[in-house]
Amino acid sequence: MVNLQKRYDNGFEAVPGLDLEIHDGEFLVLVGPSGCGKSTVLRMVAGLEDISGGDLLIDEVVVNGMGPQQRDIAMVFQSYALYPNMTVADNIAFAMKLRKTDKAEIATKVAEVAELLELTAVLDRKPGQLSGGQRQRVAMGRAIVRNPKLFLMDEPLSNLDAKLRVQTRAEISKLQRRLGVTTMYVTHDQIEAMTMGDRVAVLRRGVLMQCASPAELYETPENLFVGQFIGSPSMNVVRGSVTAGDGDDITIAIGSQFISLTGEAAARLHGLREYVGRDIAIGVRSEALGGDGTASLDVSVDLVEMLGSELLVHCTIDAPAVRAIDSGVEVSDQPESTIVASLDPRHPVKVGDRVHLSVDTLRMHAFDLETGSAIGRH
Amino acid sequence: MTATIAPAPGHDLTPLPTKVAKKLGSPVGRAAVWMLAALWTVPTMGLLISSFRPEDDIKSTGWWTWFTEPTNVTLENYSGVLENKVNGLPFSDFFWNTVRIAIPAAVIPIVIAAFAAYAFSWMKFKGRDLIFVLIVGLMVVPLQMCLIPLLQFFGSSYFPDALEGTPTIWIAHAIFGMPLAIFLLKNFIGSLPSEVIEAARVDGASHMTIFVRIVLPLSVPALASLAIFQFLWVWNDLLVAKVFGGGAESQPMTFAMVDMVGNKGNEWQLLTAGAFVTMIVPLIVFLSLQRYFVRGLLAGSVKG
Repeated sequence: MVNLQKRYDNGFEAVPGLDLEIHDGEFLVLVGPSGCGKSTVLRMVAGLEDISGGDLLIDEVVVNGMGPQQRDIAMVFQSYALYPNMTVADNIAFAMKLRKTDKAEIATKVAEVAELLELTAVLDRKPGQLSGGQRQRVAMGRAIVRNPKLFLMDEPLSNLDAKLRVQTRAEISKLQRRLGVTTMYVTHDQIEAMTMGDRVAVLRRGVLMQCASPAELYETPENLFVGQFIGSPSMNVVRGSVTAGDGDDITIAIGSQFISLTGEAAARLHGLREYVGRDIAIGVRSEALGGDGTASLDVSVDLVEMLGSELLVHCTIDAPAVRAIDSGVEVSDQPESTIVASLDPRHPVKVGDRVHLSVDTLRMHAFDLETGSAIGRH
Repeated sequence: MTATIAPAPGHDLTPLPTKVAKKLGSPVGRAAVWMLAALWTVPTMGLLISSFRPEDDIKSTGWWTWFTEPTNVTLENYSGVLENKVNGLPFSDFFWNTVRIAIPAAVIPIVIAAFAAYAFSWMKFKGRDLIFVLIVGLMVVPLQMCLIPLLQFFGSSYFPDALEGTPTIWIAHAIFGMPLAIFLLKNFIGSLPSEVIEAARVDGASHMTIFVRIVLPLSVPALASLAIFQFLWVWNDLLVAKVFGGGAESQPMTFAMVDMVGNKGNEWQLLTAGAFVTMIVPLIVFLSLQRYFVRGLLAGSVKG
């Protein structure tokens, strides 16, 4: 059981304070834009970076003062960090040799891992003679062979080309599930985070924004930052205002148009009743537009992108865009903004059309304009 | 000389070397490089030719007159150097003395400097940068200024027989060579990819293991080039050996040469041959280690 809790107070405030628990056997992904402190967190867990405050616990033991070699963790680095002077076999065996493992056992284990990662043919080569994908697998092998308490991975896929990345992504997930090793994985790529993680922790400037399962992050983001960071295309967010919320229904104005929330939709965004007469940020994902929906928006089409499985339609709406920035929430000073709808590819829409986009009000999100936090049931 | 600078066609070089190589690859650049190489080689060639000329010729005409009568050569100078006795000792004794001085005096400072460079690069301790700056700052102190204090130190009653043998020469050379060695090695070792070192730490390696198993093998090019510099410097040294060594029996070849040629340079036909005899070993060392200058051992450790 790995029980990880920490609270830092870094001098540079790279990570002003973070509480996070990883369960045994879990695949936890730390995701956030570059410079959000996710790598710093990982390196602190590894023991490569000093912890300036708070406690880090592994298996309920405080390991703050321990060096990386005492923590029984394995790490896969972004650059793979293979030992260039050693063969693949020696790279994989290095940690075991240091622990004076029996020679025969080392040989068996190296062979096992090489088999698992399809490296058997290249065991005698030096890292310089390997392809990027092979190097990546050697780095994985070096971590797997140790059977550690905790796997740490720092953007292990970012140096691979796109196709290999998708393939390796699936392989790492499968491998992790098979081995059942608790894993902490850092990435800036939200797709990687969503596809691989049991749970995903979204970080911004060292602050945990939300930690939940991928589905939960996607469906119920706790704040605007998470809403916009997760998902592609990014969530459409514009400024709106709550015009009425006294009766059963709640009415929202977006630009010159009105949307009313009824029944379940109103109950879902119950918190909006406290915002009557005030501006809020309204978020709708592209797939909640143009399908079934009780409300609709009148927009003009700027651009149509045919992706094969879907049609991305960029439309102009007469409400300013809202986006999460480092220090909070920013409302654009342009009175109009672009929203993206994902439509059925057979839809006959053309550039320049004016269309009625239906809105699935059950999948709408509302955020406070000051704090960026989600407005919901509470 | 030109071969290492001029690019082989179709070779991939990094931007700056490419630019330099392009400039040098032009006819004008090529001519300039050849000229420099020739200018640099002429004195050595003159010395080589002189070493084969009879004593009378050397003392009366310039070496270039040899071209007018190229058959007039002799090995007398060489036999003179090898058979001459200095202070009653054969020349070969001095050769072995030089070997005995030069190898430890090249190895000791480099080994210590490698340890120091690792510590300065990868170990965290208080005052690390300050100490490093101080050590590098020591490079400005001229060797000659330290002779007397160091001599007093060795001559003090703590080291009764220190000035009788070669160990003091080793120590003196090590001391004088260390600042530059630490500086150069720290630059190299400090630029090794940090992730490789960190990976080793996560794998459970101690500093000593990282140093021996990873940093040393990767630093071979730097160690080799530094070894060449230090070895050549020590091999050609006369001053330090003369000051810190004992009598003639512990002195290097350079001492024997000076003695042979005479204080007034009256026997300088021997100097030419002697120079080539002393040059043989450094030439072998240089040629056998030079491949490390160009070899990149880091290929493949990290992406890029």
